[in-house]
Amino acid sequence: MALELKAVDVYHSYHGQLALDGVSLVVPAGTVTVLVGESGSGKTTLLRSFNRLVDPDRGTVTVGERSVRTERPEVLRRRLGYVPQYGGLLPHWTVRGNVSLVPRLAGMSSPDGAAEEALRRVGLDPVKFGGRLPAELSGGQRQRVALARAFAARQQVVLLDEPFGALDSISRAEVHEAFEHVREELGFTALLVTHDLAESARLADQVVVMRRGRVEQSGTIAELQRSPATLYVQTLFQRAKASYAPLLDAQ
Amino acid sequence: MPLSRWYSRLAALAVALAPATAHSQKRDTLPVVVASKPFGESYLLAEVFAQLLESRGIRVDRRPGLGATEIAFAALRSNAIDVYPEYTGTGLVAILREPLDSVMRANPLRAFSHIARRFEDLYGIRWLAPLGFQNGYAIAVRRDLATRLGLRTLSDLSRASPSLVAGFTSDFIGRPDGLEGLSKAYGMHFKSVSPLSPAVKYTALVESAVDVIDGYSTDGLLSKYDVITLVDDRAFFPPYDAAAIVSRRLARDRPDAISVLGLLSGRLDEPAMRSYNRRVEVDGEAIPEVARSMLHSLGLTNGPATDRARNAGASRPSTGFMAFLWERRVETASLALRHLQLVLIALLGAVLVAVPLGLLLERARLAGEWVVGALGVLQTIPSIALLAFMIPLLGVGLWPALVALWLYALYPIARNTYTGVRSAEPDAVEACEAMGATALQRLWWVRLPLAAPIIVAGVRTAAVITVGAATLAAFIGAGGLGEPIVTGLALADSRLILSGALPAAVLAIVVDGALAIVERAVRPAHLNLRERASSPS
Repeated sequence: MALELKAVDVYHSYHGQLALDGVSLVVPAGTVTVLVGESGSGKTTLLRSFNRLVDPDRGTVTVGERSVRTERPEVLRRRLGYVPQYGGLLPHWTVRGNVSLVPRLAGMSSPDGAAEEALRRVGLDPVKFGGRLPAELSGGQRQRVALARAFAARQQVVLLDEPFGALDSISRAEVHEAFEHVREELGFTALLVTHDLAESARLADQVVVMRRGRVEQSGTIAELQRSPATLYVQTLFQRAKASYAPLLDAQ
Repeated sequence: MPLSRWYSRLAALAVALAPATAHSQKRDTLPVVVASKPFGESYLLAEVFAQLLESRGIRVDRRPGLGATEIAFAALRSNAIDVYPEYTGTGLVAILREPLDSVMRANPLRAFSHIARRFEDLYGIRWLAPLGFQNGYAIAVRRDLATRLGLRTLSDLSRASPSLVAGFTSDFIGRPDGLEGLSKAYGMHFKSVSPLSPAVKYTALVESAVDVIDGYSTDGLLSKYDVITLVDDRAFFPPYDAAAIVSRRLARDRPDAISVLGLLSGRLDEPAMRSYNRRVEVDGEAIPEVARSMLHSLGLTNGPATDRARNAGASRPSTGFMAFLWERRVETASLALRHLQLVLIALLGAVLVAVPLGLLLERARLAGEWVVGALGVLQTIPSIALLAFMIPLLGVGLWPALVALWLYALYPIARNTYTGVRSAEPDAVEACEAMGATALQRLWWVRLPLAAPIIVAGVRTAAVITVGAATLAAFIGAGGLGEPIVTGLALADSRLILSGALPAAVLAIVVDGALAIVERAVRPAHLNLRERASSPS
């Protein structure tokens, strides 16, 4: 059901500035991989290569054995859920309208039905929230709607670009819960960008540390913590530990 | 005259409408298009031509108040009008651009035959025999000043000129037979020279705002105020014999009209003309009335003719302003309707072009900035100038007016579309793209709806600009509320000006208000939230 994501030897630059410098990555089907790194490390560029918001200069990007270049971007994208940092909800559309967008684009028979089901999965009552506008929701609710939109059309892959970054810690926990819950139920492959190691610790099957357009190290959070491959990774964990010690220890 | 120059350009444009429709008809059933330049005497003579033709059963179309000489002449040359009153000196200096020679200066008849021959050769335009009076430039000063400084001739004026402030019409300032030539011929150097509108020059003179003005020797206002005109002792000014000049088309196809107009040749003299002008300019008598009584006293018509004339200079004194407005209500309503038509057509055309253009440019980014910038530059061209530029391309009449208004309306709409679509919720637009919406779907679902209020705001701006600019359409005969404004300016009749300007202002407010409702209606739902009493859950 879920699909594997793969990038092999991918290079990309913006206006002469190298963003991806020979990155390779495998996200096994049905797992959660988290890309961690500072701003400018290339993690978002790599994420966007999968739904072709970025077309890399060189290298192969595949979704489920198939190169992303073999189909029109619009068709590809309807199969890949996407949750941006601020949700990217259409402000003038109702919650129901927003969530039914992809089911409608994908030509599903009952887009509204699909939207309502997705809303229920993220813990929002469609009757109560379906007719509301995004501005009438809290930040956490908005992000849950964005999440619902990303899998409402039964997408097998969901890409999340710092989806929890703009939330306060209480709302973040609420969305984390929703995410883990639907992930367990639906089993889609997820690739998630964050700069927050604690978040990685909580959500990731695999953590990929990126730096200057390259993969610095990848593995489970425990592996990275136990045996950091580089001084950079080590420092990263030391710093994070100062703030998130209990969480990381729990792993 | 500064305003009249504008008017004349506009006027020529205005005229085009009639001939455009006329070509499809049979030649001899076409109405004769009678035009004038925008000053009192020209209005009056044109009305006399028109009434005389009508009294002989010839259909007439009136195009009064066409811009200055250039526009009226351009219109005549393109057969957009058939006849208007012109002056030999103006024909020689302003149209033929020939120098005056001493023979012509001394002998008006010789000048006339020379000018008439040159017009025939160059343009196929015919001068009918002169009407019998000259209306030359008359340099005027206040009587008390003349007495104090001993001014009788232009040579006297030249001596005193370094201490005097001159106020000349911009037409006079710009013409070779105006200030430039005068300064050379007499060695005049005024302390300063300000351009004045013909409408205010006499007031400026008697109020001592200026010391010297240029008038016309048959100006009715000359006799109203305590001013004297100075003798052209070096015979600088050419003769300005008034005559009807007629288009090639009329000269060829309508001998009947030519011979009727010929009835006026040699029948008018300066004192008579001055007193008729005075009735129009000072007493505020309606131009058709004065024209009727002129024709009657010349024995060219029997008794008062039926009044089919347009009421160009309505009677001034007795009634109050509100009563005056009320009297003109039917005409004002029809002018306002015409005005609205001009605005709506131009605006609709602009929306149809500028919105897609703005969307297209938004995709082109850098090129977009350039093109929108260029449209903005267009905005800085004065309307009158734009209309004048269009004469060679579109002739005169409704079309150039519509095109000019359309051009002015493009910028605010294109700019707002461009900016509005560009700045519409980039996050939502990108998310939509990432969901697999096509460019067109993103446009329809997200960008246009979110930009709609900004686009409509641009349309509102354009609409208000257009309502204002459309008053200028009258200068080129496209009609509308500018008509009484143009005439009022020419006759220094502020009530007439206001009778056009006030309804135009009301129209602007109404159009703006109507679009405000549209703006509200297209506002995306979430922007109305703040006004609703709903609270976020």
